[in-house]
Amino acid sequence: MTTPTGENGKSILPPPDEVRVLPNGEREFFYDVATSDLEVNMGPQHPATHGVMRVLLRTDGELVTGAQPHLGYLHRSAEKIGENVEWMQFLPYTDRYDYLSAMNNNLSYSLAVEALMPDVEVPRRATMLRIICAELNRIASHLICFACYGLDIGAFTPFFYAFREREWIQSLFEKICGARLTYTYIRIGGVFNDAPPGWLQEVSHFCDLFEEKWHDYYNLLVENHIFVQRTARVGPVSREMALDFGLTGPMLRASGVDFDLRRDMPYMAYGEAAADGAFQIPIGRGEKGLVGDNWDRFYVRMDEMLQSIGIVRWCLDNIEEGPVMPKLPKTLKVPAGEGYVGIENPRGELGHYVHSDGGKVAVRCRVRAPSFVNLAVLEDLMPGTLLADSVAIVGSIDLVVGETDR
Amino acid sequence: MPAHDSSNFLLRLLEWLGLSSWVPGWALILGTALAGVVLLLVIIALVALFSVWMERKVGGHIQCRLGPMYPGGWHGWAQTIADGLKLFQKEDMIPKGADKVLFVLAPALVLASIFGALVAMPLSYDWYFARMDLGIFTILALGSTTTIGVIMSGWASNSKWSLYGAMREAAQVVAYEIPLGLALLCPLMTLGTFSLLEASSLQSGWFGLQWTIFQDPFNIAAFIIFWIAALAETKRAPFDLPEAESELVAGFMTEYSGLRWTFFMMEEYAAMFLMSVVAGVFFFGGFESPATALMRQVELDGTVLYSLVCFGTLVAKGFAGVFLMMWLRWTLPRVRIDQVMTMGYKYLTPLALLCVLLTALWEAARFALFG
Repeated sequence: MTTPTGENGKSILPPPDEVRVLPNGEREFFYDVATSDLEVNMGPQHPATHGVMRVLLRTDGELVTGAQPHLGYLHRSAEKIGENVEWMQFLPYTDRYDYLSAMNNNLSYSLAVEALMPDVEVPRRATMLRIICAELNRIASHLICFACYGLDIGAFTPFFYAFREREWIQSLFEKICGARLTYTYIRIGGVFNDAPPGWLQEVSHFCDLFEEKWHDYYNLLVENHIFVQRTARVGPVSREMALDFGLTGPMLRASGVDFDLRRDMPYMAYGEAAADGAFQIPIGRGEKGLVGDNWDRFYVRMDEMLQSIGIVRWCLDNIEEGPVMPKLPKTLKVPAGEGYVGIENPRGELGHYVHSDGGKVAVRCRVRAPSFVNLAVLEDLMPGTLLADSVAIVGSIDLVVGETDR
Repeated sequence: MPAHDSSNFLLRLLEWLGLSSWVPGWALILGTALAGVVLLLVIIALVALFSVWMERKVGGHIQCRLGPMYPGGWHGWAQTIADGLKLFQKEDMIPKGADKVLFVLAPALVLASIFGALVAMPLSYDWYFARMDLGIFTILALGSTTTIGVIMSGWASNSKWSLYGAMREAAQVVAYEIPLGLALLCPLMTLGTFSLLEASSLQSGWFGLQWTIFQDPFNIAAFIIFWIAALAETKRAPFDLPEAESELVAGFMTEYSGLRWTFFMMEEYAAMFLMSVVAGVFFFGGFESPATALMRQVELDGTVLYSLVCFGTLVAKGFAGVFLMMWLRWTLPRVRIDQVMTMGYKYLTPLALLCVLLTALWEAARFALFG
């Protein structure tokens, strides 16, 4: 068995894997050759990664055969800072890791600290204002998801429609706390200040008009044939998979698991709202394809916006006059103990674990970030999809990279 | 175009000046060619300038905003000129590891091919660059060579995203060239000509509205197929996969900047306009409109005004098509590559073939019944 040789008698080819002798005596050489996959970096500067995340894609033509997310480009040591600054001083940092739902971050941290302070009672009006702000912020966050998801699929126009309404919510927040993105409005013990006169009427007006606008979105994107074709049956997360990966929030509910912290582990006044039937929990039913596919994940968020409107309306009906902040010392001393409160953030369960030794500074501060946990499923979803779908899947997870990296 | 052609405007100009006997024949031919080149470049530049501004305004108004408002004063009309100046001043960059020759050649080739295709576009009944009997054939043949430039640019850029864009472009154009040509066969059969000039004059019946699209139902179907295929050919949304900015950064244009990038943009808008003009000529009556019909009634044809009205009609039809393309772009999401392929090969090609067959039968029946 000889291989083809060059002029100097040395083999010019590696030894073949198989040699066949043809009927006419000629020999054929066979090599077991595989074409290598193309490795391509999606990110850290790529329009579809919603920030500075890097996904290392292995592709065979348009087909994605593997994906590995690389994190840490936006790491800001938020948790460590939490162990070095006073309780109240950490609040502005919580605004900054999930910058799309800063109200919810404030809320989660405040609730966790309040859990260690049994003698602090949050006034009823503050609770209602907290819920209104958290739900409005949820709508704003889901609007961003809706907008960016349209962009990922290639539709520009919904982006501007969504930003128009988000602008309105931001103006409302600006009126109540002076900030448009990083609010620090919900404080330990209550809220920063009372709503200005007429603010609650404005919120009510917003609720009425938003429902009309929502139907525009529905017509523009949700039922669009191309959109449905692009998202249905793409990247399905089964019920088992969702539970195995510990997914939370819309990702979990899209897979058909009926679980929402606001109803099932109620905090603040959500239990009362659920009992009054102010909101339902939308879950994925696989209307357009499979349960837990991209369309389901998208639609659960769309539906949640309407449910949030219901909660805001319930709060507006039940809000009463009163103080919004109990008397607290300037420098908080939190009794020794450990506290964890998980709340339903737009992206899932956002929890703060705080450990106090009775001092002015936390001993340990830890964040359970829903984006970070939900991201884990990416590696299993990507193989076998097309390049365009991989972008759509990243978008449907609704990442905020500031939160995954903290 | 032969130099002695009576439609040679340079010759007529020289005659008017009384200089025609002074200028040698070769100089006249060279001068005519040069004047044609300059005029065509001006047309491409103007079309691109206007279309880019129009795209911004159309996109803006669809998205509840105003688009550019500041440069130039009136509705930001000078925005594109300002942009052009900016692009002109940009640093000329060629990425490390790029195939320099191909990288430089690609945008030139892209622009050259659309330039060549535009030669076959008449401006009016007696204003044209070349009187081509196979005008539409030339447009389709030269128009599709832009693909080579795009593939060259994608390969030469030394970027994986560019390569994806180039491959997508290759696959997409091959798939949609066939239905595009087949769909165009329907009006060609109805009219019985390949010439754009003749096609217009053949649609000049009742009120100037005897357009091909009103002749039989299959031409309507053929127009829809043609339009979808034309969107894919010109890389416009929802078929903008080669550029796909949310997936491939900017596809084959990722590594280009400055003037070379401008060439790609000029090609894109010129190609959009050309495709709309082709649709206008073969489906919507070309130069024919009630206005031109009226002018013929009062025997104004043959005047400069008549030529101008014909020119204006065609330009209006062209930009109406461009507007339709923009409207679609700002409304629809992008389709996926497998869906693009499926649609091209499985649906559009057989449907276009069916249209050709039915149009042929319709024409045969009409010929048998009415002679």
